[in-house]
Amino acid sequence: MPEHDRPTPEQMLARLKTEGEQQPSDQKRGRLKVYFGYAAGVGKTFAMLQNARREKSSGTDVVAGYVELHGRPETEVLLEGMEQLSCLKIPYRGTTLREFDLDAALARKPSLILVDELAHTNAPSQRHVRRWQDIEELLDAGIDVHTTCNVQHVESLNDVIAQISGVVVRETVPDEVFNRADELALVDISTDDLLERLREGKVYIPEQAAKALQSFFRKDNLSALRELALRRAASRVHADVETARLGKATRDIWATQERLLVGVGPSPTSARVIRTAKRLADSLDAEWIAVSIDTPETGQLPPEARARLFANLQLAERLGAETVALTGDDVVAETIAYAQQRNVTKIVVGKSEPAVNRWFFRRPSVVDRLISESGDIDVCVIRGVAEPLPASRFSVKQEFRWQPWGMTAAVMAIATGLSTLWHSLGLSEANLVMTYLLGVVFVAFRCGRKQSVAASILAVVLFDVLFVPPYRTIVVDDVQYVITFAVMLFVGLSVSTLAARIRRQAELSRRNERRAESLYRLGRKLSGINGRNFIAAEAERAINEVLGGDAIILLPIEGNLQPVLPQHIQFVSSASEIGAAQWVYDHSQVAGRGTDTLPSAQSFYLPLLSPNGPVGVLAIRHPDATQLRMPEYRMILENYSTQIAMALDRDRLMLESQTARVEVETEQLRNTLLSSVSHDLRTPLAVISGASSSILRNPEMNGETQRELLQTVFDESDRLARLVENLLRLTQVSSSQFFVEKQWHPVEDVIGSSLRRLEHLIGSRPVNVKMPTEVLMGKFDAVLIEQVLVNLLENACRYTPAGTPIDIVGRTSGSATVIDVADYGPGLTAGDELRIFEKFERGTNAKPDSRGAGLGLAICRAIVRAHGGEIRALNRTGESGLIFQICLPFDGVAPQLNLEDYSASTI
Amino acid sequence: MTELEPTAPLIVVIDDETAIRRFLKASLCNEGYRVKEAETAREGQRLLLQETPAAVLLDLGLPDRDGQELITEFRGWSNVPIIVLSARDQEREKVAALDAGADDYVSKPFHMGELLARLRAALRRTGGVSGGPLSHPRFSCENGQFQIDFSARRVFRAGQEVHLTKLEYELLAVMVKNAGKVLTHQYLLKSVWGPLNIQETHYLRVFVATLRKKIETDASRPKLILTEQGVGYRFADPDE
Repeated sequence: MPEHDRPTPEQMLARLKTEGEQQPSDQKRGRLKVYFGYAAGVGKTFAMLQNARREKSSGTDVVAGYVELHGRPETEVLLEGMEQLSCLKIPYRGTTLREFDLDAALARKPSLILVDELAHTNAPSQRHVRRWQDIEELLDAGIDVHTTCNVQHVESLNDVIAQISGVVVRETVPDEVFNRADELALVDISTDDLLERLREGKVYIPEQAAKALQSFFRKDNLSALRELALRRAASRVHADVETARLGKATRDIWATQERLLVGVGPSPTSARVIRTAKRLADSLDAEWIAVSIDTPETGQLPPEARARLFANLQLAERLGAETVALTGDDVVAETIAYAQQRNVTKIVVGKSEPAVNRWFFRRPSVVDRLISESGDIDVCVIRGVAEPLPASRFSVKQEFRWQPWGMTAAVMAIATGLSTLWHSLGLSEANLVMTYLLGVVFVAFRCGRKQSVAASILAVVLFDVLFVPPYRTIVVDDVQYVITFAVMLFVGLSVSTLAARIRRQAELSRRNERRAESLYRLGRKLSGINGRNFIAAEAERAINEVLGGDAIILLPIEGNLQPVLPQHIQFVSSASEIGAAQWVYDHSQVAGRGTDTLPSAQSFYLPLLSPNGPVGVLAIRHPDATQLRMPEYRMILENYSTQIAMALDRDRLMLESQTARVEVETEQLRNTLLSSVSHDLRTPLAVISGASSSILRNPEMNGETQRELLQTVFDESDRLARLVENLLRLTQVSSSQFFVEKQWHPVEDVIGSSLRRLEHLIGSRPVNVKMPTEVLMGKFDAVLIEQVLVNLLENACRYTPAGTPIDIVGRTSGSATVIDVADYGPGLTAGDELRIFEKFERGTNAKPDSRGAGLGLAICRAIVRAHGGEIRALNRTGESGLIFQICLPFDGVAPQLNLEDYSASTI
Repeated sequence: MTELEPTAPLIVVIDDETAIRRFLKASLCNEGYRVKEAETAREGQRLLLQETPAAVLLDLGLPDRDGQELITEFRGWSNVPIIVLSARDQEREKVAALDAGADDYVSKPFHMGELLARLRAALRRTGGVSGGPLSHPRFSCENGQFQIDFSARRVFRAGQEVHLTKLEYELLAVMVKNAGKVLTHQYLLKSVWGPLNIQETHYLRVFVATLRKKIETDASRPKLILTEQGVGYRFADPDE
């Protein structure tokens, strides 16, 4: 196998990537066909419609989404009988704009849609700024699109065409969109024919025609444009052939190992360099990266320059470059380091002016340094207007501050004073020079660069004027002083340069550190927080603090995106804002203010993307829209959003696992309950049906036996009734709506009613109730506490020998009512004190065949705990027996019987 | 059982459970009542309009209509006692049914003896069975251990006179006059203290507790004033 035929690892990787990208979307992406021509009037729309009619007649579901007729009747004829979407009519500055209705198209979802003019710019109220974005969304929705485009709208050809025709075309389409088109249909007629058609008024309506003929439709212009269009189409055909030949490699995959890096600066000429780099990359069939370096100087750039830098990066992105913003102090070193890291083969930079001589030491230009330091990487220097270090082109507009100048003057005055002193003491001049230099060093480190340069010069001048004879003049007698001055100035300026660099580096690292620290802090904080409301609140606070502006986190709550925190609920009032957020959430792309999608929105929206997909949307309201366009601002926001998304995702997963665990526990409990209860239900049922059936079968049965059997049926049904009641209480107590209705009740009252309910079971067993002489009150839900007492008494009856007494003692202990239910049975085995309250547990002393699911005591505990009280089991001291102690706390004062006094008067 | 004389009191049973209807019919006929059954509220309503029952046994959980509504409607034109059949854990529903005009209730599962006692008490009050306690100047229960003389406003416990305050006597009198019937807290408060004090249920409880100390043998195992937890009080059935 010849070496060049084998796919490179990068090719393989890219192929995997494109395959991977296609897989997750269950929906196939639509196909894009572009009817491509060199000028208006060549017949693109006509060709598109003709083809659409053919498609329609062969059964395709075709809809004309938007067709620009330009008043051409022969085109209009073709539209007849074709389904057309109605256009949106948008009033704009006095006129009405016709716009393509994207949402209607998405709702209609035909298999093929015709949308004329790929390069069109939408009206401001539309979702996307540009029509090609609309088309991207249609393609993503799986709809095939046919569209039209002229050669002058292709982004990378934009400057060339501007040169040829002298007309700068504003509406451009990224090459990426163009390249990704599945089919490119060239629509071509000769220039003479086109001019003929134009004169006949077939292209533009007559009054426009003359104007167009003059400016754009000149024969030489059209020929050049036609050539460009043909070339472009040919290169596309070439690429298709190559793709087919190389075997299944997608067009996106770069066949060579070449990789380009282009330096992007805030200069207006940088755009030309970028376009050239794009063409170079195309011709080399190479991947290319656009890099901007964020230095302390760029941080001080005026807003318009920063906006231009960002625009340049966006241009590169539109042209298909990978854009990267790096941070560093040294542009050259950073560029080369990154180039090496990414295996870049060629660096493209704009040619700069010859470097300005700064004072007496020349500083090499960026290009010079790049060439000398780039090693085995080629450096392509593109003709362009100068592009030296950004800082020198864009003077930093800073407010003038007096303090550093004042300090400089003061330091120089002190140095002069000291020098005067040394001079009067007769010390050598070297000491005076050193004193001045000390002053310069001080200024260099404490004040700015301007001050330190000024101080260096001032030091020389002062030394010369004051201490070098002849005094008080700049003139010097001795020529050797020139050397002193020169050395002094050189040292001073070096120190100031060094100091400035150190300060710059310090500032840069401080800034990076601050950023990294705030990010780290946020990450740490978020990792310790549970609950999305708390995460959102913390994240919003952190972003507000670091970036300024309002940050709001929107999460899908019950299917709708909503602000997490209730104080931001007014955000929901604007449906368009929520709509924008929803779009961002659905498409996982940024949108809103400061972007090209939904730019009229009030906020900038950033999707919160976790590895498991979007989890929410981060909305930023910033008073300064240009700030939102800053790459570094965006970068910080992206870092933050990743952190937040991860925290939210973690929280969601945790919640899910918790819910799953609770579900498993509930399921287990249910199973245990069912298996345990079914036994307890089945036994009495078996007795009842057995006993009753035997009575039914033997009508001759003697009276005594029959009575005995009926008594069994009665007893068992009684037991069954209590079991069912306990089960119902359990479901009631464990339900979320369960609520205890605490009221003051005489304890005697519940004891009495529970004893009455168990009359049959207690029978003749003695029950001793010991109560204080005054009425003992407790604050509880009497229905529930009655159930507790019934269960305890039933328990006592069942597990103690018949005839042994049961004691019930009531008393007040502190701010709690205590009720003891005590028996004279065998008591508890040590260790059972807590276990018996667990669901389905029975004491070790319980007979193996004894009934009761152990449900009773579990319910007792649940009820008592719901009252905020405690129930304990303890053995009697001194004698055998078990005491159940119920402790029910109360607040306030028990009602006294003063009712009679006040109500006596009401009678 | 069909040979029952037509003058026997007629009981209308409205319950959707066939088994319950069957055993109620059997037991009630055995006790000398005539029984007509209805499975739904609609049917029951028709039956109540056609017949003149002595009492109605009504299940609250009917499939087609809320039992409460039926009570309210029925009370619009009839004073025939209604005894509600309900589950034990439905205290609110019981109170609501009583407030709507039901006379009494029994909780499922119930003992036939209990139901018959309620029924007897209900019929006694409306005079369905030989006179009511209201017409008697004297009342006794617990085998004569407890006696009350309405005309003299005197109360006796084991032959000894018990001294009650005016309000205690009023309360006791209201309960005794409705002996065997459950009285809700609200009803008692309204009839003894007036309509302004119906929220003071805890005072009523304390009041009853002190009253019990005076008239019961063992206040913690009362035999006269019985507590229906979550609903109200019921005075013991009188001696027949």
